Parts: sequence; structure tokens; C-alpha cells
Amino acid sequence: MSISLTESAADRVRNFLAQRGKGVGVRLGVKTTGCSGMAYTIEFADQVDDGDEVFEQRGVKVIINPKSLVYLDGTELDFAKEGLNEGFKFNNPNEKDRCGCGESFTV
Amino acid sequence: MALLQISEPGMSTAPHQHKLAVGIDLGTTNSLVASVRSGVAETLADEQARTLLPSVVHYAPDQAPLVGADAVPYQATDPDNTISSIKRVLGRALTDIQAQDHWYQFAPNNDSVPRIKTAKGALSAVEISADILSALKTRAEQTLGDQLTGAVITVPAYFDDAQRQATKDAAKLAGLNVFRLLNEPTAAAIAYGLDQAAEGVIAVFDLGGGTFDISILRLRKGVFEVLATGGDSALGGDDFDAAISHWAVQQLPPALQSDRATLRQISLQARQAKEQLTQQPAVDLKLSQELTVELTLATFEQLIEPLLKKTLIACRRALRDADMRQQDIAEVVMVGGSTRVPRVREVVAEFFQKPLHTEIDPDRVVAIGAAIQADVLAGNKPGDEMLLLDVIPLSLGIETMGGLVEKIIHRNTTIPVARAQEFTTYKDGQTAMRVHVLQGERELVSDCRSLATFDLTGLPPLVAGAARIKVTFQIDADGLLNVSAEELNTGVSAKIEVQPSYGLSDSAIEAMLQASMQHAEQDMLQRSLREEQVEADRVVEALDSALAKDGQQLLSAAELSVITQARDALITIRQSTDQAQHIQDAIKQLEQVSEEYVARRMNQSVRSMVQGRKLEELQD
Repeated sequence: MSISLTESAADRVRNFLAQRGKGVGVRLGVKTTGCSGMAYTIEFADQVDDGDEVFEQRGVKVIINPKSLVYLDGTELDFAKEGLNEGFKFNNPNEKDRCGCGESFTV
Repeated sequence: MALLQISEPGMSTAPHQHKLAVGIDLGTTNSLVASVRSGVAETLADEQARTLLPSVVHYAPDQAPLVGADAVPYQATDPDNTISSIKRVLGRALTDIQAQDHWYQFAPNNDSVPRIKTAKGALSAVEISADILSALKTRAEQTLGDQLTGAVITVPAYFDDAQRQATKDAAKLAGLNVFRLLNEPTAAAIAYGLDQAAEGVIAVFDLGGGTFDISILRLRKGVFEVLATGGDSALGGDDFDAAISHWAVQQLPPALQSDRATLRQISLQARQAKEQLTQQPAVDLKLSQELTVELTLATFEQLIEPLLKKTLIACRRALRDADMRQQDIAEVVMVGGSTRVPRVREVVAEFFQKPLHTEIDPDRVVAIGAAIQADVLAGNKPGDEMLLLDVIPLSLGIETMGGLVEKIIHRNTTIPVARAQEFTTYKDGQTAMRVHVLQGERELVSDCRSLATFDLTGLPPLVAGAARIKVTFQIDADGLLNVSAEELNTGVSAKIEVQPSYGLSDSAIEAMLQASMQHAEQDMLQRSLREEQVEADRVVEALDSALAKDGQQLLSAAELSVITQARDALITIRQSTDQAQHIQDAIKQLEQVSEEYVARRMNQSVRSMVQGRKLEELQD
């Protein structure tokens, strides 16, 4: 089981956490919603809960609830720019299909 | 795939439901848009990494309007169709603007909203501002990747109802959902997180390209109150450039001093020189092929000293208006590109004897504060984040008999707010009432600003003072006003959304505030005089109507003559004196001599009620 971050994603997360002034890391998750059934979530984490899996890489703690980890195993978190827009991107090998917008997916 | 931002814990949204909110600084010279992404507020740039959008719009026939840097070159080539500084006109009446020296061609029209002649037809300031907002909206949607939920737009603290309404109208026209309008100095204070403090007095020093504003704010229980505003609507960085140009021209040989090409060349270099002098001790100005002169930092500082003095005079005045001293100020926030000039910072720090807040880019700080507020209003923050409140800048009230203003909501009341007050009729059988809504601090209608009038008709004809008319003032979170009036016995009602008559300049507001302080005593005297005059008229009117009915029956000729004499004396005094006390004495005199007559009338009316009826009929 593993989750990884690209260097640019780690840079951003460190930077955002520093500016926010609190938080232990970033929490990735999966929500059952959206046009293709599931959607990614990414939130600041103020604490690690019991049962959470923590992957530390490039100085960033990535925290994941075990239920979500099933769908996210092997995912690489990237930070990308598309035109003027920029943000985080999940490169998830478990993903079979996506809705056109790419905000939700199926496994 | 879609690009995601980091949310606060538990605040992730469903796909396609991102609550994207922006803060917009709609400036006189430049405008900006900012948003909170992954918890960080930042200004959004265009494709060429420029965050400042010059507030310039160029109109050409059969083309979409050009906004920003693309429109700037047309200022020289097509000045009539290239509009800048439109904020100075927004929400103003034509009469206000003609007083200023403006270079636009205003189209003749019937309504009071000024329209500027362009290749796209006669456009109002609201429409032109909407084009600027529209450009910012497009930029934000491209950057954030989806449609916006809403926006917070900043306005100067001294903006009146008309100017705020016009700003909101422009946003609506641009397709923006306005969460609320926010005062610029308040936004700057939020950007520095000063709203998180418990309380304190904050000075916001905002020196932009063409305008200077000083605001004194007080933070109390999470509410920012504007204690005083001041400044100069024609003082800014452009004047620094002009001072340099002026100096440079004097270094030229007389023959060249009126050469237009040379002069244009110099004014272009002046701005650059000013910017370079924030980093280095001297710059070279190439005045002509042969002549290059050195402008040292010391000379530059000397040149702008008179301008800086002006800003400090305004600061001193604002402090005095706020009834504060330098040492009462807890924080000083610097806003506007011109506060990058080191000498500006020096004199301001010296004046307030405080370190200044300069960490955030002074061009962006207002937009950033607005974005932080927008993020809270969009619901992206966990619930315990406090919502910021604002206050109204000038009192609101209605006209009462005698040209007096009855204030219903006082200035510096936190908004949103609703207040009601009961009024009554003045004449017997009065069936209509005109509600005249006014804004200002003075006691007399003629000294305040008229916002709107409407009529409440269909009142039941009752004796004077019997009708109960409840007038309600309601102000929403943007400082916009709704007034309604209802007669409580019958439920007859009327209301108005204040469609302001667009016309009060910022200096006029300041003048109104100052006048109210200077004239407070005189106003009170005048108010009591007016009140007594109104009372005298009412007494005479009531007496006359009584005398007409039964004066002949109830009074002897001698008695009648005594009363008439007192009545005439009252009328004479009411016309001639400026002392409320004199009128009051005359009223008392008249009441005294007619006491017996009033008693007889009472008996008479009781008798007429009883006459011809049996005792048992009257017992219940």
C-alpha cells in the first residue's frame, strides 16, 4: 500500500500549510458522489485519527482513512497547471473510467 | 481531469459544486480580482502574469469592448472612446460631475444619470464599470476552472448610497452575484488579519495613482466602525510623476521647454524614475539627445514633500474628526502603489509613531481582504468563523413638519438593520402623507441630502394626531435602503426601494459630516425654533377651525376680541422672531386666554351628546 507525491505537489502542500499556520498534513479521500460514482477530496488535516494511514514523503504527511485507501492505493498526487487554472491532480491506477469533467470516477 | 484545491477539514464539496468566491477591488486607476485557493488568498493574474487590470475601457463600433492593458494605448490615439477613471463618475449626477474638470463628452439626456458618448453609443458609468468587472469575472472563471458562486466588491468608505447602489448595479450587469460590498479600508484590515483582534483603532493610509484616502476605523466586538474618513480625490502617484516632470522641464534650455515631443518623452520617464528610486539612490533622465540629468533620491523627496504634507494634514483632520490622538491608533495599514515610496512610509510612520503594515503588496491588499471575506461568505470556512459587520456612513431619516429631519437610523449603526418609528398626521382629515427620505447629520431638510420621496395615500380622514403611521427603514448588508410606511389602524401601506438620485461627491459627504459637527449648536437652536413655529401654526389652525364652528355662540364680543388679539400676536411673533422661547410664550398666552372657551366647548359637546337621550342609554 502506498501513496506518493510529486515534488511540485509536496512544495505546494508545504507552502499552503505554512501560510495556513496550522495543520499536521493533508488528508486525501474518496466520496461516493458525482456523475461517475466517486469523487476525490483533498483537505487540510488538523489531526491524525485512530486507524488513519499516514504516508510521509518529501516532508509532507499524507493522511488517509483506510476505507478510502482501498480506492487510492498507488495514487500519485501531482500539482498541475492548465492554462490559467492550477491545482492538485490524482494519478490513480485504480481508476477505470471518469466523467467528462474528470471530477468523479469509477474503479 | 479537474484540478482540485485543498479544503478546510470537513468542507469538501461535491463535484461541480465548488463554492468559488472572489474579492474584487474596483479601483479608479487599476482593478484586481483575488480568491482563496487551498487556504491562501492570492490575486489572480492574466495569461501574461499581470495581476493589475488598468481600469480603462476602449470602445470601437462592432467590437467587444477592450479592457485593461489592451485599452491603454488607445488613450493616446482615440481618447474620446477610451474611458478611464470611471469610478469618479459612478453613482454621481451630471450636475456633480460638471463641477469637476472632466474631459469626457457627456451625451445630453433626460434622466439625471450621466452618459458618456462613445463609438458604442451613450454609455452610463454603470455600464462601463460592468465591462471592467466582466473582464475580471472572465479571468477568475478561467483561473478557478468553474463558474463563480459570488463576489465581494470593495468601495471607498465614503461612498454614499447612490454610489454603492451603482457599484452593485454594475456587478449585476456583469453577471456577478454580489455577496456584499465591503469598505476598502476594512478589506485592507482584514487582509492583515486585524479583524481577529478583540478591539482597537486602526488607521488605513491609502495613496493610489490618483486618489488619497485616510480612514480611521474602530474594531469592536468583531465590528468595524468607520470613525472618520478624509483625503484628497486628486492626489496620488500621478502627482509624484508630475512633480518630477516639472522639475525636469526646468532643467531644459528655454527653447525646448515647450517642445511637445520632449515634454511627452519626459513625462514617460518620470514614472519609471519614481519606481527606480524605490531601489536606488539616483537615476538618469535623458531629457534630449544632448542632455541627461541625474535625479537623486534627495531631490525627489524634496519635490514630493509638499504633497506629503497635504496627506498629513488630511490625517490630522481625520484624527480630529474621529476624536482620536496619534497614540490611540493601534495599527497603521498602508494601501496603494504609491506607499512603496520609502519617504511616504517614513513620514507616515513618524506621524503615527508606529511601525506600519507593509508586508502585503499595497496594490493587492484590498482585493486580498475582499477575497478572504468572500471565502467566508461562500461558506468555505467552518462555522465558527465570525462574519464581519459594517456600519452606515451617514444617518438616515425622514422629513417632518417644518422642514425638520427626524433621524430613524443613526450613522455608524451596524448593518443589516431595521428600525421603525411612528408618526402621525398634522391636519384634521389628512388623507395622504408624503414620506421624504433623507441622508445626513444636520437637523434641517435643506442641509441634508434627499434620497427619495413617496406618498402614502388612502389614510382614513381622522383628526390631526389620531392616525398612527409606522415608518420602517431597512438596510441590507450592502448598506442599501428600503423604506416602508403603514397606517396601523387601516393597514394602508406604501414602500420604496431607494433608487438614489445619483449625486453626492465624496468631498460633499465629508463636508456634510464636518458641517454637522460645526453647526451642531446652531442646528439645535434652529430645530427648536422650527418646532415652535410648527406648534404655533397648529394651535392657530385648531383655534380658527373651532372659532368658525362655535365662536359666535359661545363667546361674547369682548371675549372673542381678547382671544383674537392673542392669536394675532402669536402670528406676528411667529413670523418675526428667531427665538423659540418667544413663540412658546405667545402660545402659552393664547392658551391661557382661551382656556375658558375650551372649557365651554367641552361642556357644549358633552351636552350635545347627551341631549335627547335617556339615562340608561348613556350608562354603558
